Amino acid sequence: MSVVTIQAVNKIFGKAPNQTVALQDIQLEIEQGEFISLIGPSGCGKSTLLRIIGDLITPTNGTVLVNGKPAEKARLDRDYGIVFQAPVLFDWRSVEKNVQLPLEIMGKSSQERVARANQMLELVELNGFQKHYPYQLSGGMQQRVSIARALSFHPQLLLMDEPFGALDEITRERLNAELLNIWSHTKTTIVFVTHSIPEAVFLSTRVVVMSARPGRITQVIPIDLAQPRGMETREQPRFYELVTQVREALRGSEGIK
Amino acid sequence: MSESTLPGALVTNAENDVMDVLGADVAVPQPQRFKEGVKIVLRFLVVFGIAMVLWELVKFIGGSPWRFSTADGALFNLEWFPPFEWKIASDLNMPHLWDIFGALIQPAQRNGPPLVNVLAQAAVVTMTAALAGFLIGTAVGLFLGTVFAHSALLERSLVPYVVASQTIPILAIAPMVVVWLRAGWWSVALLAAYLCFFPVTINTLRGLRSPDPRAIELMNSYAASTWATLWKVRYPSALPYIFTALKIAATTAVVGAIIGELPSGIREGLGGAIMNFNQYYAITPHKLWAVIIFTAVVGILFFITVTLVERVMTRNMRKLEG
Repeated sequence: MSVVTIQAVNKIFGKAPNQTVALQDIQLEIEQGEFISLIGPSGCGKSTLLRIIGDLITPTNGTVLVNGKPAEKARLDRDYGIVFQAPVLFDWRSVEKNVQLPLEIMGKSSQERVARANQMLELVELNGFQKHYPYQLSGGMQQRVSIARALSFHPQLLLMDEPFGALDEITRERLNAELLNIWSHTKTTIVFVTHSIPEAVFLSTRVVVMSARPGRITQVIPIDLAQPRGMETREQPRFYELVTQVREALRGSEGIK
Repeated sequence: MSESTLPGALVTNAENDVMDVLGADVAVPQPQRFKEGVKIVLRFLVVFGIAMVLWELVKFIGGSPWRFSTADGALFNLEWFPPFEWKIASDLNMPHLWDIFGALIQPAQRNGPPLVNVLAQAAVVTMTAALAGFLIGTAVGLFLGTVFAHSALLERSLVPYVVASQTIPILAIAPMVVVWLRAGWWSVALLAAYLCFFPVTINTLRGLRSPDPRAIELMNSYAASTWATLWKVRYPSALPYIFTALKIAATTAVVGAIIGELPSGIREGLGGAIMNFNQYYAITPHKLWAVIIFTAVVGILFFITVTLVERVMTRNMRKLEG
């Protein structure tokens, strides 16, 4: 069953004559357990598409179904976890309290909250940092807390908006590997926005290439690299072929306008 | 996070330092915090001492002639004639510090208790009304700020009136309040509240809108209620803004209570004392100065109380990526 079905979605910002067509005629099916990357030049509407899937904004027209339900219903059912580029941690809450926040809102018992927070912090390799406060952590660690928080309530769908965009290359590659590890453990479907080609190829089962003005999907490239992937994956010839293929698709998409 | 959405963006540098001290108390051991407190008190005393010395220095250079003598001048008789004669430094405008502090221990009226006792009682009367006014004003301010933060319509239609309320002198409002509530403790408290609620309203509104928009999106993605978002994200983010307003309101409440006592005809408070000693200023200026010292102390006490509460409540707040 598809987790996400996007049909004929358009998104127009502003009113005539100052309209911007952010997304035009988007069609996309995402299957259970997939890792989908949205890649494209800035202004191609990839983050907009992610927000539409998460019902943080509504499309001008078209339908978005998540688990067969309208996106809004899915949001109210807490089917999504979201991770932004900035960690958006609450600085007055300790690490564990940050991770517990969604569980508090969902009315879970304090026992369950503590147990799940510990489990998630284990998963993102931050065990022992429960009582720390966000300002005491590095940027990479803060982002891992943010991922733990998004996963704490076991959402079926994880939406990530350039989560590692603000991190240095070394931290980024390490977190890429960690994220794949989390993905294979949790079987969560992930939609991932990025503008890094190697990152998209390394992580994804499919890469969705988008073009700007108007934002549309120009190509969907399946990534057939073997699972599980590790540091050595990046050195395989096939990895470079796919990176080149995505790069050319991106160039081609720019040619359209 | 953009600069303008950082919690505490409105907070001045001095207060940021306070915030730093707070944030650090996770790591900083207790004794160091105690030392920090001692330092603050010492710094205050040093500045106060310098101010006193300067005061007398001005009088030494340009004040009225200094005279030290026993009553009949028999034992000793010292005199000093300052080289200049500045009107502002005369004994009438700037009484000697020993006269001011001396006035405190002398009886306020013949055979009455010393002035310090009279003023302490007056301060209690004024502080009670000021505290009640501060609490009412804060409650009203928090309520209005919260309502405005959630309704652009109400904000646009009501904020102009809130602003207008502050341009009306309190002396024009006072008769209405006094006639309505009868002159008394409550009318004074209400006038203090009238002055207090404004900064709290405006800063609460600003503070509640200060969170990162993505933090609000995050709460939406958890399907959090408006109420949950308010308590778990908006109020905590607004705390630095609210406390800035509370510090303003704390001192304003004291001034409001003192001014409120005048039209209410209350003689027992510091406002009454000021009115009283105003009339005798030409003869005994140091008594009015003694009252000024008392009002300053009351204001500082209020301010310190708010600061201490802030310390406790924002213990762990620190800017991210700061």
